[in-house]
Amino acid sequence: MRSRLRLLALALCLLPVLGAASLPAAPNTDDPVLEARLNHLAEDLRCVVCQNESLAESRASLALDLREEIREMMRAGMSDDAVVESLVARYGDFVLYRPPVKPLTYVLWGGPLGFLLLGMALALATLHRRRTLRPQAGVSPEALREAAQLLRADDCNHPGSPSASGTVSRPSYQEER
Amino acid sequence: MRRWIPLLAFAVLGVFLYLGLYLNPKEVPSPLVGRPAPDFTLPVVGRPGETFSPSEVRGEVWLLNIWAPWCSVCLEEHRHLPRMVADRVPVYGLTWKDLDREAAPLLARNGSPYVAAVDDRDGRVAIRYGVTVTPETFVIDRDGMIRMKHVGPITPAVWERKFEPLLRELQS
Repeated sequence: MRSRLRLLALALCLLPVLGAASLPAAPNTDDPVLEARLNHLAEDLRCVVCQNESLAESRASLALDLREEIREMMRAGMSDDAVVESLVARYGDFVLYRPPVKPLTYVLWGGPLGFLLLGMALALATLHRRRTLRPQAGVSPEALREAAQLLRADDCNHPGSPSASGTVSRPSYQEER
Repeated sequence: MRRWIPLLAFAVLGVFLYLGLYLNPKEVPSPLVGRPAPDFTLPVVGRPGETFSPSEVRGEVWLLNIWAPWCSVCLEEHRHLPRMVADRVPVYGLTWKDLDREAAPLLARNGSPYVAAVDDRDGRVAIRYGVTVTPETFVIDRDGMIRMKHVGPITPAVWERKFEPLLRELQS
Protein backbone atom coordinates (compact mmCIF):
# COMPACT_ATOMS: atom_id res chain seq x y z
CA MET A 1 0.00 0.00 0.00
CA ARG A 2 2.71 2.36 1.02
CA SER A 3 4.88 1.73 -2.01
CA ARG A 4 1.86 2.19 -4.20
CA LEU A 5 1.21 5.59 -2.67
CA ARG A 6 4.80 6.53 -3.24
CA LEU A 7 4.51 5.50 -6.87
CA LEU A 8 1.39 7.61 -7.24
CA ALA A 9 3.18 10.60 -5.73
CA LEU A 10 6.02 10.11 -8.19
CA ALA A 11 3.61 9.90 -11.09
CA LEU A 12 1.93 13.12 -9.95
CA CYS A 13 5.32 14.83 -9.82
CA LEU A 14 5.96 13.81 -13.40
CA LEU A 15 2.67 15.20 -14.68
CA PRO A 16 3.85 18.76 -15.31
CA VAL A 17 6.86 17.43 -17.21
CA LEU A 18 4.68 15.30 -19.42
CA GLY A 19 2.37 18.23 -19.99
CA ALA A 20 5.23 20.38 -21.19
CA ALA A 21 6.55 17.62 -23.44
CA SER A 22 3.24 17.23 -25.23
CA LEU A 23 2.91 20.93 -26.06
CA PRO A 24 3.39 21.63 -29.75
CA ALA A 25 6.29 23.84 -30.71
CA ALA A 26 5.34 27.49 -30.59
CA PRO A 27 4.82 28.90 -34.06
CA ASN A 28 7.47 31.33 -35.25
CA THR A 29 5.02 34.01 -36.13
CA ASP A 30 2.18 35.80 -34.46
CA ASP A 31 -0.05 35.35 -37.49
CA PRO A 32 -2.04 32.14 -36.97
CA VAL A 33 -3.78 32.40 -40.37
CA LEU A 34 -0.48 32.46 -42.20
CA GLU A 35 0.85 29.64 -40.04
CA ALA A 36 -2.18 27.51 -40.87
CA ARG A 37 -1.68 28.20 -44.58
CA LEU A 38 1.99 27.30 -44.26
CA ASN A 39 1.28 24.04 -42.47
CA HIS A 40 -1.37 23.05 -44.97
CA LEU A 41 0.99 23.75 -47.87
CA ALA A 42 4.02 22.11 -46.22
CA GLU A 43 2.13 18.81 -45.83
CA ASP A 44 2.35 18.29 -49.58
CA LEU A 45 5.96 19.42 -49.94
CA ARG A 46 8.95 17.19 -49.50
CA CYS A 47 11.79 18.05 -47.21
CA VAL A 48 14.62 17.85 -49.73
CA VAL A 49 17.32 16.73 -47.30
CA CYS A 50 15.35 14.17 -45.33
CA GLN A 51 13.68 12.78 -48.39
CA ASN A 52 10.90 10.76 -46.81
CA GLU A 53 9.53 13.49 -44.60
CA SER A 54 7.22 16.30 -45.51
CA LEU A 55 8.30 19.86 -45.00
CA ALA A 56 5.67 20.19 -42.29
CA GLU A 57 7.02 17.43 -40.06
CA SER A 58 10.75 17.80 -40.60
CA ARG A 59 13.08 19.34 -38.04
CA ALA A 60 16.04 19.53 -40.41
CA SER A 61 17.61 22.95 -40.54
CA LEU A 62 17.03 23.28 -44.28
CA ALA A 63 13.34 22.53 -43.69
CA LEU A 64 13.21 25.29 -41.06
CA ASP A 65 14.86 27.67 -43.55
CA LEU A 66 12.44 26.65 -46.26
CA ARG A 67 9.44 27.21 -44.01
CA GLU A 68 10.80 30.64 -43.18
CA GLU A 69 11.25 31.31 -46.90
CA ILE A 70 7.64 30.26 -47.56
CA ARG A 71 6.42 32.49 -44.72
CA GLU A 72 8.22 35.40 -46.29
CA MET A 73 6.76 34.70 -49.72
CA MET A 74 3.28 34.50 -48.17
CA ARG A 75 3.81 37.75 -46.31
CA ALA A 76 4.79 39.30 -49.63
CA GLY A 77 1.31 38.37 -50.83
CA MET A 78 2.10 35.37 -53.02
CA SER A 79 -0.65 32.82 -53.54
CA ASP A 80 -0.17 29.17 -52.54
CA ASP A 81 0.23 28.17 -56.17
CA ALA A 82 2.86 30.84 -56.76
CA VAL A 83 4.79 29.68 -53.69
CA VAL A 84 4.75 26.06 -54.84
CA GLU A 85 5.73 27.13 -58.36
CA SER A 86 8.76 29.04 -57.12
CA LEU A 87 9.88 26.04 -55.06
CA VAL A 88 9.48 23.71 -58.05
CA ALA A 89 11.57 26.15 -60.11
CA ARG A 90 14.47 25.61 -57.71
CA TYR A 91 14.16 22.04 -56.52
CA GLY A 92 12.19 20.44 -59.35
CA ASP A 93 9.06 18.28 -59.16
CA PHE A 94 10.91 16.28 -56.55
CA VAL A 95 9.81 18.79 -53.95
CA LEU A 96 6.17 17.81 -54.55
CA TYR A 97 4.86 14.78 -52.73
CA ARG A 98 2.15 14.38 -55.37
CA PRO A 99 3.99 14.25 -58.71
CA PRO A 100 2.22 16.12 -61.52
CA VAL A 101 0.77 14.17 -64.44
CA LYS A 102 3.02 14.82 -67.45
CA PRO A 103 4.73 12.70 -70.13
CA LEU A 104 7.59 11.82 -67.78
CA THR A 105 5.22 10.51 -65.12
CA TYR A 106 2.67 8.73 -67.35
CA VAL A 107 4.20 5.36 -66.47
CA LEU A 108 4.12 6.23 -62.78
CA TRP A 109 0.45 7.21 -62.80
CA GLY A 110 -0.70 4.73 -65.45
CA GLY A 111 1.40 1.78 -64.23
CA PRO A 112 -0.97 0.54 -61.53
CA LEU A 113 -3.96 0.77 -63.90
CA GLY A 114 -1.93 -1.04 -66.56
CA PHE A 115 -1.07 -3.86 -64.18
CA LEU A 116 -4.72 -4.11 -63.09
CA LEU A 117 -5.87 -4.42 -66.71
CA LEU A 118 -3.13 -6.96 -67.44
CA GLY A 119 -4.18 -9.04 -64.45
CA MET A 120 -7.84 -8.86 -65.45
CA ALA A 121 -7.01 -9.88 -69.02
CA LEU A 122 -4.96 -12.85 -67.78
CA ALA A 123 -7.74 -13.92 -65.42
CA LEU A 124 -10.38 -13.66 -68.15
CA ALA A 125 -8.23 -15.61 -70.62
CA THR A 126 -7.63 -18.36 -68.08
CA LEU A 127 -11.32 -18.58 -67.16
CA HIS A 128 -12.32 -18.66 -70.81
CA ARG A 129 -9.88 -21.47 -71.51
CA ARG A 130 -11.25 -23.52 -68.62
CA ARG A 131 -14.83 -22.94 -69.72
CA THR A 132 -14.13 -24.20 -73.23
CA LEU A 133 -12.01 -27.15 -72.20
CA ARG A 134 -12.77 -30.17 -74.43
CA PRO A 135 -12.33 -33.75 -73.24
CA GLN A 136 -8.91 -34.93 -74.26
CA ALA A 137 -8.64 -36.98 -77.41
CA GLY A 138 -7.91 -40.64 -76.87
CA VAL A 139 -10.27 -41.07 -73.94
CA SER A 140 -13.02 -43.52 -74.84
CA PRO A 141 -16.67 -42.66 -74.16
CA GLU A 142 -16.90 -45.68 -71.86
CA ALA A 143 -14.12 -44.38 -69.68
CA LEU A 144 -15.79 -40.96 -69.49
CA ARG A 145 -19.13 -42.51 -68.55
CA GLU A 146 -17.43 -44.57 -65.86
CA ALA A 147 -15.69 -41.51 -64.47
CA ALA A 148 -18.99 -39.59 -64.36
CA GLN A 149 -20.62 -42.50 -62.54
CA LEU A 150 -17.84 -42.62 -59.96
CA LEU A 151 -18.16 -38.89 -59.41
CA ARG A 152 -21.91 -39.21 -58.94
CA ALA A 153 -21.44 -42.04 -56.48
CA ASP A 154 -18.92 -39.94 -54.60
CA ASP A 155 -21.47 -37.10 -54.50
CA CYS A 156 -24.18 -39.37 -53.06
CA ASN A 157 -21.89 -40.42 -50.24
CA HIS A 158 -21.23 -36.86 -49.29
CA PRO A 159 -24.49 -35.76 -47.59
CA GLY A 160 -24.75 -39.02 -45.64
CA SER A 161 -22.80 -39.81 -42.47
CA PRO A 162 -19.11 -39.98 -43.40
CA SER A 163 -18.31 -42.11 -40.38
CA ALA A 164 -20.61 -44.90 -41.56
CA SER A 165 -18.98 -45.37 -44.92
CA GLY A 166 -15.51 -44.82 -43.59
CA THR A 167 -14.34 -43.28 -46.85
CA VAL A 168 -13.38 -39.67 -47.05
CA SER A 169 -15.49 -37.98 -49.63
CA ARG A 170 -14.37 -34.89 -51.48
CA PRO A 171 -16.57 -32.18 -52.89
CA SER A 172 -16.82 -32.45 -56.62
CA TYR A 173 -15.18 -29.52 -58.27
CA GLN A 174 -15.43 -31.12 -61.64
CA GLU A 175 -19.20 -31.22 -61.85
CA GLU A 176 -19.69 -28.30 -64.23
CA ARG A 177 -17.30 -29.60 -66.81
CA MET B 1 7.97 -22.17 -73.13
CA ARG B 2 5.09 -21.17 -70.88
CA ARG B 3 6.75 -22.36 -67.74
CA TRP B 4 9.69 -20.01 -68.31
CA ILE B 5 7.45 -16.96 -68.14
CA PRO B 6 7.56 -16.56 -64.31
CA LEU B 7 11.34 -16.96 -64.36
CA LEU B 8 11.62 -14.35 -67.12
CA ALA B 9 9.37 -11.95 -65.21
CA PHE B 10 11.51 -12.48 -62.13
CA ALA B 11 14.68 -11.82 -64.11
CA VAL B 12 13.29 -8.52 -65.45
CA LEU B 13 12.29 -7.45 -61.93
CA GLY B 14 15.72 -8.52 -60.70
CA VAL B 15 17.48 -6.34 -63.26
CA PHE B 16 15.43 -3.30 -62.20
CA LEU B 17 16.11 -3.91 -58.51
CA TYR B 18 19.81 -4.45 -59.21
CA LEU B 19 20.10 -1.17 -61.12
CA GLY B 20 18.21 0.51 -58.29
CA LEU B 21 21.03 -0.39 -55.93
CA TYR B 22 23.34 1.98 -57.77
CA LEU B 23 21.02 4.98 -58.01
CA ASN B 24 21.87 7.91 -55.80
CA PRO B 25 18.68 9.27 -54.21
CA LYS B 26 20.45 12.57 -53.61
CA GLU B 27 21.08 13.06 -57.30
CA VAL B 28 17.92 14.93 -58.15
CA PRO B 29 17.79 16.57 -61.58
CA SER B 30 17.96 20.31 -61.11
CA PRO B 31 15.40 22.42 -62.97
CA LEU B 32 17.93 25.26 -62.81
CA VAL B 33 20.11 23.74 -65.53
CA GLY B 34 19.69 25.90 -68.62
CA ARG B 35 18.34 28.80 -66.56
CA PRO B 36 20.14 31.96 -65.46
CA ALA B 37 22.10 31.59 -62.23
CA PRO B 38 20.24 33.44 -59.45
CA ASP B 39 21.94 36.73 -58.67
CA PHE B 40 23.12 37.74 -55.20
CA THR B 41 25.53 40.04 -53.47
CA LEU B 42 27.19 38.56 -50.39
CA PRO B 43 30.17 39.46 -48.22
CA VAL B 44 33.41 37.60 -48.96
CA VAL B 45 34.66 35.32 -46.19
CA GLY B 46 37.84 36.60 -44.54
CA ARG B 47 37.91 39.91 -46.44
CA PRO B 48 35.91 42.44 -44.44
CA GLY B 49 34.11 45.01 -46.54
CA GLU B 50 34.41 43.05 -49.78
CA THR B 51 31.42 41.56 -51.59
CA PHE B 52 30.94 39.30 -54.57
CA SER B 53 28.12 39.07 -57.06
CA PRO B 54 27.80 36.73 -60.10
CA SER B 55 27.34 39.77 -62.34
CA GLU B 56 31.02 40.59 -61.74
CA VAL B 57 32.13 37.49 -63.64
CA ARG B 58 29.74 37.86 -66.56
CA GLY B 59 31.55 36.88 -69.76
CA GLU B 60 33.55 34.19 -67.99
CA VAL B 61 32.94 30.50 -67.45
CA TRP B 62 33.10 29.84 -63.70
CA LEU B 63 32.26 27.29 -61.03
CA LEU B 64 30.21 27.86 -57.91
CA ASN B 65 31.04 25.32 -55.25
CA ILE B 66 28.69 25.05 -52.27
CA TRP B 67 30.52 24.06 -49.12
CA ALA B 68 30.33 24.36 -45.36
CA PRO B 69 33.01 24.23 -42.65
CA TRP B 70 31.04 21.46 -40.90
CA CYS B 71 31.09 19.29 -44.06
CA SER B 72 34.09 16.97 -43.92
CA VAL B 73 33.64 15.80 -47.52
CA CYS B 74 33.90 19.43 -48.64
CA LEU B 75 37.20 19.84 -46.80
CA GLU B 76 38.49 16.69 -48.46
CA GLU B 77 37.37 18.13 -51.80
CA HIS B 78 39.27 21.36 -51.06
CA ARG B 79 42.50 19.39 -50.90
CA HIS B 80 42.12 17.99 -54.41
CA LEU B 81 40.22 20.76 -56.17
CA PRO B 82 43.17 23.04 -57.09
CA ARG B 83 45.07 20.20 -58.72
CA MET B 84 42.09 19.15 -60.84
CA VAL B 85 41.01 22.66 -61.80
CA ALA B 86 44.62 23.71 -62.50
CA ASP B 87 43.62 27.34 -63.13
CA ARG B 88 41.48 26.36 -66.09
CA VAL B 89 38.42 27.98 -64.59
CA PRO B 90 37.82 30.31 -61.63
CA VAL B 91 36.14 28.60 -58.71
CA TYR B 92 33.99 30.61 -56.34
CA GLY B 93 32.74 29.22 -53.06
CA LEU B 94 29.39 29.66 -51.37
CA THR B 95 29.79 29.03 -47.67
CA TRP B 96 26.51 27.57 -46.47
CA LYS B 97 25.25 28.30 -42.96
CA ASP B 98 28.55 28.99 -41.28
CA LEU B 99 26.84 29.75 -37.98
CA ASP B 100 29.96 29.23 -35.86
CA ARG B 101 32.13 31.58 -37.97
CA GLU B 102 34.66 28.86 -38.71
CA ALA B 103 35.06 29.43 -42.44
CA ALA B 104 37.57 32.29 -42.44
CA PRO B 105 40.14 30.71 -40.06
CA LEU B 106 39.67 27.36 -41.75
CA LEU B 107 40.37 28.71 -45.25
CA ALA B 108 43.34 30.70 -43.91
CA ARG B 109 44.78 27.60 -42.27
CA ASN B 110 44.19 25.05 -45.05
CA GLY B 111 44.58 27.34 -48.02
CA SER B 112 41.53 28.37 -50.01
CA PRO B 113 40.72 26.67 -53.31
CA TYR B 114 38.51 29.64 -54.22
CA VAL B 115 39.05 32.94 -55.93
CA ALA B 116 36.61 34.14 -53.32
CA ALA B 117 34.19 32.41 -50.96
CA VAL B 118 31.00 34.24 -50.09
CA ASP B 119 29.23 33.97 -46.76
CA ASP B 120 25.64 32.71 -47.06
CA ARG B 121 25.09 32.65 -43.34
CA ASP B 122 21.34 32.15 -43.23
CA GLY B 123 21.26 29.88 -46.28
CA ARG B 124 18.83 32.04 -48.27
CA VAL B 125 20.96 32.20 -51.41
CA ALA B 126 21.51 28.43 -51.23
CA ILE B 127 17.74 27.99 -51.25
CA ARG B 128 17.55 30.05 -54.44
CA TYR B 129 20.09 27.68 -55.97
CA GLY B 130 18.06 24.67 -54.83
CA VAL B 131 20.90 23.34 -52.70
CA THR B 132 20.06 20.21 -50.74
CA VAL B 133 23.44 18.78 -49.74
CA THR B 134 27.07 19.85 -49.60
CA PRO B 135 29.19 19.76 -51.62
CA GLU B 136 27.42 20.80 -54.78
CA THR B 137 29.00 22.44 -57.80
CA PHE B 138 27.40 24.55 -60.51
CA VAL B 139 29.00 25.23 -63.88
CA ILE B 140 27.99 28.69 -65.10
CA ASP B 141 28.69 29.86 -68.65
CA ARG B 142 29.64 33.21 -70.15
CA ASP B 143 26.02 34.34 -70.34
CA GLY B 144 25.44 33.59 -66.67
CA MET B 145 23.46 30.40 -67.41
CA ILE B 146 23.73 27.30 -65.24
CA ARG B 147 24.95 24.53 -67.52
CA MET B 148 25.44 21.71 -65.04
CA LYS B 149 24.93 20.83 -61.40
CA HIS B 150 27.04 18.18 -59.78
CA VAL B 151 25.92 16.75 -56.44
CA GLY B 152 28.60 15.32 -54.19
CA PRO B 153 32.37 15.70 -54.17
CA ILE B 154 34.30 16.16 -57.41
CA THR B 155 36.66 13.23 -57.73
CA PRO B 156 39.31 13.06 -60.48
CA ALA B 157 37.08 10.60 -62.35
CA VAL B 158 34.07 12.92 -62.11
CA TRP B 159 36.19 15.86 -63.19
CA GLU B 160 37.39 14.03 -66.25
CA ARG B 161 34.02 12.62 -67.21
CA LYS B 162 31.67 15.50 -66.46
CA PHE B 163 33.63 18.73 -66.10
CA GLU B 164 36.46 18.51 -68.62
CA PRO B 165 34.32 17.98 -71.76
CA LEU B 166 31.77 20.61 -70.73
CA LEU B 167 34.44 23.21 -69.92
CA ARG B 168 36.19 22.54 -73.20
CA GLU B 169 32.91 23.11 -75.02
CA LEU B 170 32.00 26.25 -73.08
CA GLN B 171 35.44 27.86 -73.25
CA SER B 172 36.04 27.23 -76.94
